[in-house]
Amino acid sequence: MHIEKRLQNSNAMVYLSPLLALLLTLISGACLFALLGHSPFTSLYIFFIDPVSDLYGLSELAVKVTPLLLCAIGLTLCFRANIWNIGAEGQFVFGALIGGAMSLHLADSHGFWVLPLVILTGACAGMAWAGIAAFLLVRFKANEILTTIMLNYVAVNLLLWGVHGPLKDPEGFNFPESALFAAQTMLPMLHDGYRVSIALLIALFMLVVVWVVLARTLLGFQVRVMGANRNAASFAGFNGTALIWLLLLFSGAMAGIAAVSEVNGPVGQLIPTLSLGYGYAAIIVVFMGRMHPLGILLASCLLGLTYLGGEMSQIELGLPKSITGVFQGMLLFYLLACDLLISYRVVFSKDGAKTTAPSLSNSSLSDASLSDSRLS
Amino acid sequence: MDLALLENILFAMVRTGTPLLLVALGAMISERSGVLNLGQEGMILVGAVCAFIAAYASNSMGLGVIAGVLAGVLVSLLFAFIALTLMSNQVATGLALTIFGTGLSAFIGAGYVGQSLPGLTPFAIPLLEQIPLIGKALFNQDPLVYLSFALFAVVFVVMRYTRLGLIIRAVGENPDVAHAMGLKVLLVRYSAVAFGGAMAGLAGAYLSLFYTPMWSEGIAAGRGWIALALVVFASWRTERVLLGAWLFGFASILHLLLQGYGYEISPNLLAMLPYLVTILVLVLMMRRTTGQGLFAPRSLGQAFSPPR
Repeated sequence: MHIEKRLQNSNAMVYLSPLLALLLTLISGACLFALLGHSPFTSLYIFFIDPVSDLYGLSELAVKVTPLLLCAIGLTLCFRANIWNIGAEGQFVFGALIGGAMSLHLADSHGFWVLPLVILTGACAGMAWAGIAAFLLVRFKANEILTTIMLNYVAVNLLLWGVHGPLKDPEGFNFPESALFAAQTMLPMLHDGYRVSIALLIALFMLVVVWVVLARTLLGFQVRVMGANRNAASFAGFNGTALIWLLLLFSGAMAGIAAVSEVNGPVGQLIPTLSLGYGYAAIIVVFMGRMHPLGILLASCLLGLTYLGGEMSQIELGLPKSITGVFQGMLLFYLLACDLLISYRVVFSKDGAKTTAPSLSNSSLSDASLSDSRLS
Repeated sequence: MDLALLENILFAMVRTGTPLLLVALGAMISERSGVLNLGQEGMILVGAVCAFIAAYASNSMGLGVIAGVLAGVLVSLLFAFIALTLMSNQVATGLALTIFGTGLSAFIGAGYVGQSLPGLTPFAIPLLEQIPLIGKALFNQDPLVYLSFALFAVVFVVMRYTRLGLIIRAVGENPDVAHAMGLKVLLVRYSAVAFGGAMAGLAGAYLSLFYTPMWSEGIAAGRGWIALALVVFASWRTERVLLGAWLFGFASILHLLLQGYGYEISPNLLAMLPYLVTILVLVLMMRRTTGQGLFAPRSLGQAFSPPR
């Protein structure tokens, strides 16, 4: 058994690879559960089916999907253009910090403008954080992977400083938490009794916008050109620097709105562990979703489910909630492994390639000699 | 500034720089062979948790260190298989390793959060430790710090004076030519990645057994990423890695100095310093060299499939 390069990349495998990765993750997950002394099938049911078996469960899935999808929308554009923005996490946290500070500041303000201002603040904060990485990349050519990662850690420490210091609730018994946000700064819920807010609609709207931009506009074309080769932009006659700025700022804004969706939605205050790694999980969403808007919608449902599954297996099986991270890591690992099948195929015969290749040339040779002999 | 304070600063600088030195040496070797492994953070974490559990269960620091190294090698081979044999995108695969390692370490370490080990008192080398100024920093440390000196020396000699070092560099600069010369490119790269895994696992063991003898989630605190930046800063040169690791160690303990002088700054703000210094260093490097392309191994991050 060996692998050989396909003559043409397989389109089918582009879409089959995530499914195959999911299947392998399920199998490995079953083995993991069995190793830990739990029934594999019951455990998988508890992890993947149980959390979404009723309407409330599905609404909780939507709660998780909202920040994931928003972050992933921004990252999709960046990754398509080959800009490795790993900083959605930091942009999320900084957006939460500044958006949260604004929410606290507006605790006594009333008016239709309060909520839009909070969302705008979060988006601008995310943009500012991404803007730092854009500036460093454009001006100094500093590797954006490392700068965005470093900014993630800086943002987390800023948040810790905020909740331990200036933003701490004065009546909070010295817990490192802010006061609860006032009602008018909270995102309205779509339906009573469920925690899904209008942020889901914003996310879906932005998804359609990005879809149209990517598929139908010059900008989308420029993103793809830059993805093929960062220097190609200047040859193609458009401003690559402006594009880097635009994509990183947009991605930061999306992460900032994701932060508001979480902080001014289900959480309702600033706490030290705000993000459950949404910014990192969104990276997996983008890869699983094949950098396509429809794909990332499906993938964010899957990744959202890993959060619910982790919580559920903590309750039902007594396993640590961090099993979520194990499943997320496995998904990405298997996906990258399966992506080999896009440009390569597995040949099962022992030395198939070696025997077929010469025999082909032999036959063509003999054909040629035959026709030669006929001619003469 | 009095001598005792300076001695203590140097001591803490070397101590804090040690995990960075270990990881950066491993990452440098792997990058010199042409493999960009962004999974350092994940490997440190898995190494740290396995070392802690092994030491906790067996009550032996030595076994803990061995477990950490083995665990680092094991997960690095996972990366190597996907990135080298299956020729996936190395950047994405490294990220996957970090995400997986973070999750896995949190998962298997969940029952050990808050537990602690006795740790070790520093092991002083007689006579040498009495050298003024540097004696305490270099010769009154944990055994793993001495090991990091030895490993630095080995890497330095191997990369500069031996055939093995030449082979690693050849594979990283031009795998096609190396292959044509009869070198086993994939074998060299697998070994380099495994060495990186061992070093990251060792750094993890140092963190959870000696530096802060306890397990807490995310104990690596971005050191894997800082080490990767450190390799860029060092222009893939061994001696500069050592210098850089101690410099970063110094940046991480600046708060001790500031507190020593009586400044009241939030510990959370001071904790940002190493990350900010990393960004600053990346910027300065790029200004000086107009792009890292000047020093980076030429085939860094590119897959290689041996032609039949």
